[in-house]
Amino acid sequence: MTSRLTARFQALAADRRAALVTFITSGDPDAGTTAKILAGLPAAGADVIEIGMPFTDPMADGPAIQAGGLRALKGGMTLAKTLALVGDFRKGDDATPIILMGYYNPIYIYGVERFLVDAKAAGVDGLIVVDLPPEEDDELCLPALAAGLAFIRLATPTTDDKRLPTVLRNTSGFVYYVSITGITGSATPDFGAVAAAVSRIKQHTDLPVCVGFGVRTAEHARAIAEGADGVVVGSALVEAVRASLDAEGRATPATVPAVLDLVARIAEGAHAVRK
Amino acid sequence: MTEAPKLNSFRNGPDERGHFGQFGGRFVAETLMPLILSLEQAYKEARVDPAFHKEMGGHLVHYVGRPSPLYFAERLTEHLGGAKIYLKREELNHTGSHKVNNVLGQIMLARRMGKPRIIAETGAGQHGVATATLCARFGLKCVVYMGAVDVERQQANVFRMKMLGAEVIPVQSGSKTLKDAMNEALRDWVTNVHDTFYCIGTVAGPHPYPAMVRDFQSIIGRETREQMMAAEGRLPDSLIACIGGGSNAMGLFHPFLDDAGVEIFGVEAAGHGLSGLHAASIAGGRPGVLHGNRTYLLMDADGQIEEAHSISAGLDYPGIGPEHSWLHDVGRVTYLSATDEEALEAFQLLSRLEGIIPALEPAHAIARVIELAPKLPRDHLMVVNLSGRGDKDVPQVSEIFESRGR
Repeated sequence: MTSRLTARFQALAADRRAALVTFITSGDPDAGTTAKILAGLPAAGADVIEIGMPFTDPMADGPAIQAGGLRALKGGMTLAKTLALVGDFRKGDDATPIILMGYYNPIYIYGVERFLVDAKAAGVDGLIVVDLPPEEDDELCLPALAAGLAFIRLATPTTDDKRLPTVLRNTSGFVYYVSITGITGSATPDFGAVAAAVSRIKQHTDLPVCVGFGVRTAEHARAIAEGADGVVVGSALVEAVRASLDAEGRATPATVPAVLDLVARIAEGAHAVRK
Repeated sequence: MTEAPKLNSFRNGPDERGHFGQFGGRFVAETLMPLILSLEQAYKEARVDPAFHKEMGGHLVHYVGRPSPLYFAERLTEHLGGAKIYLKREELNHTGSHKVNNVLGQIMLARRMGKPRIIAETGAGQHGVATATLCARFGLKCVVYMGAVDVERQQANVFRMKMLGAEVIPVQSGSKTLKDAMNEALRDWVTNVHDTFYCIGTVAGPHPYPAMVRDFQSIIGRETREQMMAAEGRLPDSLIACIGGGSNAMGLFHPFLDDAGVEIFGVEAAGHGLSGLHAASIAGGRPGVLHGNRTYLLMDADGQIEEAHSISAGLDYPGIGPEHSWLHDVGRVTYLSATDEEALEAFQLLSRLEGIIPALEPAHAIARVIELAPKLPRDHLMVVNLSGRGDKDVPQVSEIFESRGR
């Protein structure tokens, strides 16, 4: 595990509160807007930042995140520019952990070795690559761990006790529990079932467990923070970006505040719980 | 299907992890992995279960109408003045294409696994129609995802699917064609994994689909071997088939891969030409990862998937089955391409010479036959897989010809 992620989760544990993990899509709707949102996220209450690397065919994501990715691609976003955004953010913040989230093909085409070197140099702490299950660990997971980047794996309601050790084997940083069977931003989770799943996972690992998919409000965040080590919010923030754009899909003065205000509200819920 | 594997064979793939050389694999979200592993197990058991094969064999004869004829195309042969051309008549199958062979196998597997709901993606609609048909036959719920553009250009098949009781969902995302239909089907599967079986229509997707679909389609090549031996007393000299994902081609090719004397050609859709918009993944793409497998893909410099174009909705996909990618890399199969225009010419030629209106998909293969056959000796035996019939394409083609005043 990298030092920033370790330090952040240790500090949160000492403070007896859950992390708020916020997801935004790199370059949605343009690189400048993303840079401003990134810069404002820690003060708004984000403990960990997840940055989506746009992809044309995000098969595990819902319409909100897919549309955000397509807006970013239309604006010319690339993997190299995403790494540059992280590098710029690091000039002003060397403590907030940053995780890149996306699909394998753009990384594969960039070149795995080159990507790991460049990501580490930019200040990336971990990776979530949705379409790389443990069965394909040789592709990126093992090289990433060797390069000092965390590889955060998704566990889902279909991951039973028999499979869980396989999923956890090379996982580091934290475990991302997907609260529903479905795509991002779809159903609202059953919080009781989520709490049970989190305690089940905790019997198999000492890693922090963060929960995402379907979290939209401070109330959702509070409910999840009761049992989990972190709450992930994504589609709701991407939706806030979309709702703030002008008719041509360009950012407006309302865009950055819309995202940061929503983060602040959800952070209140996530941080209200003292364990 | 249960014959013992030979050493140094082109037919031993994939390996335990679903790889054909560097291609194939299982690149899917964690939600799907447990189901894919149980599907792999179920298929392993079914393929060595005589009862499974006996039941499938009965349906293939009495419901699908197999074996399909191997027909000597006398007038086409005379016209081209070279190789002796045989057509493997997959268009005579129930539902009008080779798709039904694979769907039957997968639906029987879904029943074995106790999955009451079937989802599928479709380009031209042939796989959707085959899936809707077998779901009707076995009383299963059927949902078919189809790009909105394809819904528009293949309305006859959309209507057929609805008559058969299937729900057809037009996909509005991305390029609104087959690639996007596949994304939506995967999203549905992630959401409804507990009761849903995803019936993939081609030799692509995560392992075990490429191998499983190939095995179900290999009946085409096995029959061809027997029929050619009966007709000519020897194996063919060459095989040729069109390639979108490549299931009809793999079905014909696979039983012949170890016969060194049989030359094999796959024909990709070159659309407006390889320097313009096309769907030729091998000729114009490079290895990447999409829809659960590593294979040749059309993409930009940043690894973003590009839109494919073909006059034929069934070939309009930016990828190809991983086993084809491997067969290309090892040099066992030669991959050629044919443009929209060449396919239209071939469509007309076969219709007029043989009274057989082909689908636009196999018209691409016929287009290369027109070029290859005249250069070959008269004792050269060539088999073309006539993978589907052209009824579904008649409105589209007649519109094109009318607009040109023909």
